[in-house]
Amino acid sequence: MSSINLDQLYRRVIMDHYKNPRNKGEIADGGLTIDMNNPTCGDRIHLTMQVEDGIVQDAKFDGEGCSISMASASMMTQTIKGKSVEDAVRMSKAFSDMMLGKELDEDLDLGDIEALSGVSQFPARIKCATLAWKAMEKGVDSDVNPN
Amino acid sequence: MITKDIKKRFPILDQQVNGHPLVYLDSGATSQKPDVVIEAIKRYYENDNSNVHRGVHTLGNRATDEYEGARQKVADFINASSVQEVIFTRGTTTSINTVAQSYGRANVSEGDEIVITMMEHHSNIIPWQQLAKETGATLKYVDLEDDGTLSLDKVEETITDKTKIVSVMYVSNVLGTKNPVKEIAEIAHRHGAVMVVDGAQAAPHLKVDVQDLDCDFFAFSGHKMCGPTGIGVLYGKKALLEDMEPVEFGGEMIDFVGLYESTWKELPWKFEGGTPIIAGAIGLGAAIDFLQEIGLDNIDRHEKHLAAYAMEKMSEIDGLTIYGPADPDLRAGIVTFNLDGVHPHDVATVLDMNGIAVRAGHHCAQPLMKRLGATATARASFYVYNTEEDVDRLADGLRIAKEYFSDVIH
Ligand SMILES: Cc1ncc(COP(=O)(O)O)c(C=O)c1O
Repeated sequence: MSSINLDQLYRRVIMDHYKNPRNKGEIADGGLTIDMNNPTCGDRIHLTMQVEDGIVQDAKFDGEGCSISMASASMMTQTIKGKSVEDAVRMSKAFSDMMLGKELDEDLDLGDIEALSGVSQFPARIKCATLAWKAMEKGVDSDVNPN
Repeated sequence: MITKDIKKRFPILDQQVNGHPLVYLDSGATSQKPDVVIEAIKRYYENDNSNVHRGVHTLGNRATDEYEGARQKVADFINASSVQEVIFTRGTTTSINTVAQSYGRANVSEGDEIVITMMEHHSNIIPWQQLAKETGATLKYVDLEDDGTLSLDKVEETITDKTKIVSVMYVSNVLGTKNPVKEIAEIAHRHGAVMVVDGAQAAPHLKVDVQDLDCDFFAFSGHKMCGPTGIGVLYGKKALLEDMEPVEFGGEMIDFVGLYESTWKELPWKFEGGTPIIAGAIGLGAAIDFLQEIGLDNIDRHEKHLAAYAMEKMSEIDGLTIYGPADPDLRAGIVTFNLDGVHPHDVATVLDMNGIAVRAGHHCAQPLMKRLGATATARASFYVYNTEEDVDRLADGLRIAKEYFSDVIH
C-alpha cells in the first residue's frame, strides 16, 4: 500500500545517513559558522566550515530536525569536503534543481545525494532537504563577500 | 448528540487523499467550512455584493444590513453587552496587535509590567515584546506546571500593582489546556490591570461569555470556527474602546475630515478603517448560526470525548508521549504527541500518505516547545466533524509509522 510511495522518500542511504550522520559536530576554531533554521517547522542547523584557498577543507554540522534534513546535512558535508567553493555552489544549484524535479546534468555526479531526488515528490519536505545547502551557500558567500 | 452525518455538511471532507479517505485532524490550524458558510458567501457575491455604509442604493443597503447583522450575531455569540463592542478584524493576530498598539501605547510606560504565560502562541507574545521594547515596560511570564496547566498561585505571584496588561490564552493550541481566565481576570483587576484573552482556540469549541469572564478584551479568528479566513473579532469593553485611538486611519472610520484634523466615527467603526471584509463577516455570521444550531455545549462534549478516546488509543502505542493535562476534563480536543525516535515531520508524512492530516512543527509556540524540551511535536486536533473512526485511523497510522521507521532505522 502506501509504503511503496514512502520508499521513494525514505531511501536506505538516507536512513543510513540519518542513523549514522557523517561529520556531526563542530570545527573548533578558525572556521566559518552558519546558523540557520526553518521557521515554519523548527528544523535547525549549525554548520561550521574550513575554507582555504578556495577549497572546502572541512565541514561539520550539528542541529535538530527530521530524517530528511539531518540526512541531507550529513550528505552535503560529505560531498563538499575537498571540493572548490565554486563546485560546492554548483552542486547546491544542481540540488535545488533536483528538488524541483528537473533532470540533472550528465556530467554532474551527486553520488549518495541523488537518493534525495524522491523528496521532489513531497513538496512539504523540500525545505527540509535544502536547509543544509542554503546554510553552506550562505557561509561561502559571507566568506567571499564579508560585510 | 453529534452524529456522523455532520461530516456530510462539509463538502471538502468527501475526498481521497493519497488513495485513502481523508481524515482531517488539523482544525486547530484552520477548520473546514460547512455547506451553509460556502453558500452564504456565494449568495452574497451573487446577489448583494456592494460596499457598506456608503451608497444609497439597494445593494449597498443589503450589504450593510448583512454585514451589521453578522456583527449582531457575534455579539450574541460571545454575550457582549453591546454590538458596539464587536470590532471586525483580520483575525486573532490583528486583534491582539490592535490592543497592544492602541491601548498599550496609551497606558503602558517605563517601569510598568505586562504579564503573559509560557504557553502562549507567538501572536500573543510578540505584540507584547514589541510594546515592552517601545515603552520600556517589562514583559513577565507565568511558568506552567509540569502537567501543562497554569497555577493560580503563580499567577498571583507574577501580577503586581505595576502590571498594566495581562494577556492569556483561553485554550492552548498545543497542550489543549483550558485555562482559568475568569480567575486570572479577577487577579488582574485586583491589581488595576486589564485582562486580554486570546480566544482563538476557545471560541470554536466552547461557550464563551465575555461578561461572565469579565475580560476587558477578547480576540478570536473566524477561520478556526467554520468561518472563512481573513475575518476575526476584537471584543472590548465599551468604556475602554471609547477612550482608545484607532490604529488604522482612512476611509470608513472617519466622522469629519479637515485639512489638518479629523474626527472618528463612533464605535465600533472607528476601528474599521478601509473597506471591511464584508463577505468574510457574512460567512462568519453563517458559521455562528451553524455552530449554535449544533450547540456549543454539544461541541465541547464531543471534542472532549474524542480527546479522551484518542489519549486512550494512543497510550496503547509503545513509545508515544502525549503532552498536556492527563485529565480530559482539563482539556479541549487537541492532542499533541511525539513518537519515540521518529521526528514529527516524518510521522506527519507517513500519516499523510495514509490520508490523515496532522500538524507537525513548533505550532507557533517556540517558548513553550523549549519549556517542554521538544524542538517539534505532532498535533491532532478535533472538531465537530471528527469521529471515533477518525481516531482509530490515526492510531492505525501511528502504528504504521512506528513499524515503518523501526524497519529502516533499527
Ligand atoms: C492560540 C492561538 N492564538 C492565536 C492564533 C493566531 O490566529 P490567526 O492566525 O488567525 O491570527 C492561533 C492560530 O494559529 C492560535 O491557535
